[in-house]
Amino acid sequence: MSAITTVQFIRNALDRALDEDPRVFIMGEDIAAYGGSFGVTRGLVDKYGPERIRNTPISEPAFTGMAIGAAVAGSRPIVEIMFMDFATLCVDQLVNMAAKLHYVYGQSCPLVLRTAMGAGRSYGATHSQCLERLFTGIPGLKVVAGSDGPECAGLLLGALADPNPVIVLEHKLLYPVRFEEPQEPIAPIAPGTARVTRQGTDVTIVAWSYMAHLALQAAACLAEEEIEAEVVDVRSLAPLDTATLVASAKKTGRVLVVEEGPLTGGVAAEIATRINEGAFGALAAPVRRLAMPDVPVPSARELERAVMPSATSIADAARDLAMVV
Amino acid sequence: MLLIRRFEETVEKLFSEGRIVGTAHTCIGQEAIAVGVASALLPQDAITSTHRGHGHFLARGADPRRLLAELFGRKSGYSRGRGGSQMMMAPEICFYGTNGITGASVAFAAGLALNAKLTGKDRVVAAFFGDGASNQGIIHETLNLAALWKLPLIAICETNGYAMSTPTETGVSTGSVAKRAEGYGIPGLSIEGNDFELVRDTVSSLAARARNGEGPALLECLTYRLSGHSRGDQRVYRSRDEEREAWTREPIARLAAKIEESIKNPGGTGSLPVQNGQSARSPILEEIARAVEEEIASAIAFAEADTVSADDVLEGVYA
Repeated sequence: MSAITTVQFIRNALDRALDEDPRVFIMGEDIAAYGGSFGVTRGLVDKYGPERIRNTPISEPAFTGMAIGAAVAGSRPIVEIMFMDFATLCVDQLVNMAAKLHYVYGQSCPLVLRTAMGAGRSYGATHSQCLERLFTGIPGLKVVAGSDGPECAGLLLGALADPNPVIVLEHKLLYPVRFEEPQEPIAPIAPGTARVTRQGTDVTIVAWSYMAHLALQAAACLAEEEIEAEVVDVRSLAPLDTATLVASAKKTGRVLVVEEGPLTGGVAAEIATRINEGAFGALAAPVRRLAMPDVPVPSARELERAVMPSATSIADAARDLAMVV
Repeated sequence: MLLIRRFEETVEKLFSEGRIVGTAHTCIGQEAIAVGVASALLPQDAITSTHRGHGHFLARGADPRRLLAELFGRKSGYSRGRGGSQMMMAPEICFYGTNGITGASVAFAAGLALNAKLTGKDRVVAAFFGDGASNQGIIHETLNLAALWKLPLIAICETNGYAMSTPTETGVSTGSVAKRAEGYGIPGLSIEGNDFELVRDTVSSLAARARNGEGPALLECLTYRLSGHSRGDQRVYRSRDEEREAWTREPIARLAAKIEESIKNPGGTGSLPVQNGQSARSPILEEIARAVEEEIASAIAFAEADTVSADDVLEGVYA
């Protein structure tokens, strides 16, 4: 079987969704002929036409709000927000409309909003952020993040099958990475579960998105030192799969949570608290977090590297923790 | 219109008596717009509303008992007591919601219109907003998009003189919201909003145009918000003289006078201000007034007899 990029995995999933369900359409900036800023929607307009692959003007609040209205009326819209940094423009519609539709108004809002997050391309402070924290902890919204190509496809399909608003986070640095295409068609992954991507006994590394990809590399390094790290890919940031996280914490007694966003007030803090609440007696040390420092993302490559977690810094932090008696 | 008027007066009274809590934004003085629009639309057409939405909702066909039950926080309210005045929807009558975020519902409305276009549904969407909301970026964005995509959307601005306490003149740089239509590339009209028939006929023709695929339009209906912004508003930003003058132009008396004239009742006078349901009128108007009072009384009894239930307060976050 061939290895294809994460972009191709996502594109194939979009193609399948558009083909199988006539209610599905995509809206976003430059997604038609241009194929999307990262090429995810390339070619789709030729197959499905400009009514279903809709270029929008630069009007995130409006087209997000429109997608919400269309979803309530029975469509299955996918909104593409070019960079997650721009999702700040969508906050009112997502928080005050989409998230309230079921609990207050009794209506299902099957909206999917896909966006590309993350640093590592020297794009600077407003094109490099991981802003999951704006949306996790808003009752009514779901947030998922894939850490490899098949996962990104499965989570996207799972989001489309969910009658709730789901924010699907993709990572710029994962886009070009190749993964083996599975034999079977990719099954939809419903929001709500984490997965253990590597079994281990000495320390647990909890991460998501690109950091979960790096965590596996860190674990491979540590294995050479005979430290067996268990890696838990969070996958669903809201709702969180507390049971899986706590089970791994109880197993190893030492937990490192890795987050690409700034340390203070991130999702890692919520995860750490849940693990403290559920596994305190089994922990040899407090849950540790490795995140970016509390600074905006600088654009120069060396500066960016200095602040982003890496496979090396993840391994270093996990090693320290594994050494705790 | 009278049902709306009496409902809103009742709501204000219930608040002052402490029998309902929270907040509500009543639309006294603006009834002709709600009823005019609803009268012009077909059953499958959709309406989105605002924070000041009881009138839109009742005009569309809301059950006053369930609307009032919602204000009382009871479980048979439209949002089971979870939403209150500003968060109620009834898709079964194509009413897509009162909304507490100023201007936000206009984008939602355009989404309903987009869904209609994509699915071939015969539907026009009327989106209410006010002169205050007209300044929100999302409305400029939405109308631009609606124009580009020729969506069957009628954007209806109720220019009622004040955005809370801010007069229209200090909020809208062009002085007229309708003038902005040229910037969006759509037709813009400004009409007397207290003339029920004019509102109805204008919306009819804009709806026909939209149904014909000619795209959206912006209709500004000029009126006056006789209520305060919300309960507790002491209305310090305007004079009682101004209000008294506005009362002489209110929509129900206007229509009542027209009806009286057409009945040619010798005893009927010209303009009879309608406040608290008191006036001397011809039998048909008396009959309407009586029926409205019955409906209101029934709504109060229904709402007060229903209960609040916290048993499932944690449920239903997700579909």
